[in-house]
Amino acid sequence: MDIEPHQFLIVSGIGQSGKFPHYLKCNTFNGLHGRTLPVATGARLANHEMLVVAVAGDGDCYGEGGNHLMHAIRRNIGVKLFVHDNQIYGLTKGQASPTSMEGMVTKNQPFGVLSEQLNPMALAVALDCSFVARGYAGDHEHLKGLIKTAVNHKGFSLVDIFQPCVTFNRVNTYAWYSQRVYHIEDDYNPEDRVAAFQKALEWGDRIPIGVIYRNNRPTFEERVPVINELTLVKQPVSIEGLKSKLRKTIKEFF
Amino acid sequence: MSRVRGGHNFYQMRVSDKEISASRGPVDILVALDSDSISSHSKELSAIGVVVYDSAALKEKHDGSQFFDVPLLDLALKNGGDKIMVNTVATGTVLGMLGLGTDIFLDILREILGKKGEAVLSANANAARAGHEFAGRECLRCEFSTPAIGTKKMLIGINEAVGLGALASGCKFYSAYPMTPSTGIMLYIASKAKEFEVIVEQAEDEIAAINMALGASFAGIRAMTGTSGGGFALMVEGLSLAAMTETPIVIALAQRPGPATGLPTRTEQGDLLFALHAGHGEFPRVIFAPGTPEQAFLLTNKAFDLAQKYQIPVFILIDQYLSDSQWTYDGFNLNKLTLTDWRATESELEGVKDYKRHFLTDHGISPFARPGTSRHLVVTDSDEHDEDGHLIEDAATRVQMVDKRLFRKMPLIRSEITPPVFYGNSRPDIILTGWGSTYGIMKEAVNILSETTKVAMLHFSEIFPFPSSQELDYLEILGKANMTIIVEQNASSQFARLMKTETGFEFTGKINRYDGRPFLVEELLGEISAYIG
Repeated sequence: MDIEPHQFLIVSGIGQSGKFPHYLKCNTFNGLHGRTLPVATGARLANHEMLVVAVAGDGDCYGEGGNHLMHAIRRNIGVKLFVHDNQIYGLTKGQASPTSMEGMVTKNQPFGVLSEQLNPMALAVALDCSFVARGYAGDHEHLKGLIKTAVNHKGFSLVDIFQPCVTFNRVNTYAWYSQRVYHIEDDYNPEDRVAAFQKALEWGDRIPIGVIYRNNRPTFEERVPVINELTLVKQPVSIEGLKSKLRKTIKEFF
Repeated sequence: MSRVRGGHNFYQMRVSDKEISASRGPVDILVALDSDSISSHSKELSAIGVVVYDSAALKEKHDGSQFFDVPLLDLALKNGGDKIMVNTVATGTVLGMLGLGTDIFLDILREILGKKGEAVLSANANAARAGHEFAGRECLRCEFSTPAIGTKKMLIGINEAVGLGALASGCKFYSAYPMTPSTGIMLYIASKAKEFEVIVEQAEDEIAAINMALGASFAGIRAMTGTSGGGFALMVEGLSLAAMTETPIVIALAQRPGPATGLPTRTEQGDLLFALHAGHGEFPRVIFAPGTPEQAFLLTNKAFDLAQKYQIPVFILIDQYLSDSQWTYDGFNLNKLTLTDWRATESELEGVKDYKRHFLTDHGISPFARPGTSRHLVVTDSDEHDEDGHLIEDAATRVQMVDKRLFRKMPLIRSEITPPVFYGNSRPDIILTGWGSTYGIMKEAVNILSETTKVAMLHFSEIFPFPSSQELDYLEILGKANMTIIVEQNASSQFARLMKTETGFEFTGKINRYDGRPFLVEELLGEISAYIG
């Protein structure tokens, strides 16, 4: 993609997904559980010429950090979010996650999961997220294309990636996903929000992967006037410059 | 206190030709715009005090020479044409009572109302003059002596001063969630965002606020957040993250009484030990507690400098009393400002072959490159990590990194801390000690008590790391005094506990106030005289 390792930043959280950037060569901020998006937002606003990628898990992003997801979508900050969705808590050894299916029995949910399964795709379409897609780790070529499209999209991108946990999730296995996922049809129009909502609701015997929804809302960075010309990191700061502005500002207190 | 609509509210103003730094109890002129103001405050009148009220509007008549019945509403309607101008009439009345002219007031009206058009302005000017004239003619008891009007001064509150200090330090990013009494800092910086090219982002919650600021700081700019007790409770994990990743951050913590929602619009100094101990794990931090807007301005500047120099979190502790007070100054000395870019520049990194974000140095400070601006990779982790920033589990690296963050940096940070302000008699029998917002009230008390007693004040505004006694041997000064009193706006003398932990020193007396109200001069003097006897 013509992006050198030093030209992008990966922000990750905690969970099995959080270690992702340690296996890559790139700028890295491996922060707290659930807090990937605020860190990525701050970094992106400081330097919006740098590609900022957020990597999270289903517990990380849809559980602990759910509030941040909603607001990152609202802002349409130019952060590319990839969620490793294995429908289980792996790092803590097998508790239900927000995307675990209703009824799934775990050590911690002996009567099965009682809450309804979170549908991140429908949530994102409902919030008018500017790029909503789903991929599958068992379909590399398709996923590769999806990641490229997400990175090239202007604005916030959410890519939910089915990534089976071979240790703790005995329900949603490679076989389970492989039998169900299908590539979204070529003639599907991802800019039709109502159709996208319908597509996002598909679950069960057939689960769509591909770009579910996209729009061309202006990005947050485009709408912040003070970074129209230069990124914040590039803006020169000098004591003389500040003092001359301060002299004027302090006069307002007289 | 803060009332959005309805209910009793008041504002106190004290005028003097000498320097003043606190509120006093007795009121000389009480402008009562409602009945509550009379019943709540007329007992505060001084011997020469006057209550200005409107018997027709309030439908109550008070006898006694201290009551000055002014037809505020009638004058507003007749001269201004709108009851909203009662305030303008009242201000004119007070100026008349004080024997002051209306010229400056009319200039101020022009400044504030000019854009509303000539009609509004002249109506207000007429209303002001009517009040002024009435007072000159009718106030028989008014014998206030007022000094000649001096030079124009600046009028500033602490939230604006902290905001100004941030702007003066090249702060480029401020993210926060609104919370009384800290919101004013965000509002002030937002009002200057265009001019100083700052991004102010209202975050979805305080957790996001501190994490956003950390992201921005990591990316290479100076960033800050601000909040109050409950909001800071939510930020605490982020504070620990700042420490582990060695990411600079400045946090303004405006205290109000807790626990939980507490008294949201009242004052307390109850979060000192919370700020000191907040965050899981062991790491260095700096805590400043300015007592005046001028201190706040300069300490905010110092906070940004130390945060970036040592790659640590730095606190500015203020409180509701300071946030809602305004002080006058001749000006702020901009020559005391400092601005050094402590981040590794491109030229400094040129010779570096393998850049390591957490490179081990003798002083514990690793060169901090800006990610994306050089060919180097900047890697950090909230997990314990090696010099490269990648997570580790081994014991030896863990010990090296704790030593680096804590033990190597801490002595250097301590050497940056300025000793407390020592004010008053140089060989005092009595010493009042305090920190943060009690500066003004203690100074006033010392000024008054000095007439009869050998008294002094020690005021700490740089609280942690606890100042060494090398530059000013405050322990010796305290040791020589007969009586050492710690004055705190909290229930458990938090500073006294910190002092004992750090120095072993114990105060002979303690004055605590935790009803949410600031001390008035007379109240503090009363508490002190209970000790002196």
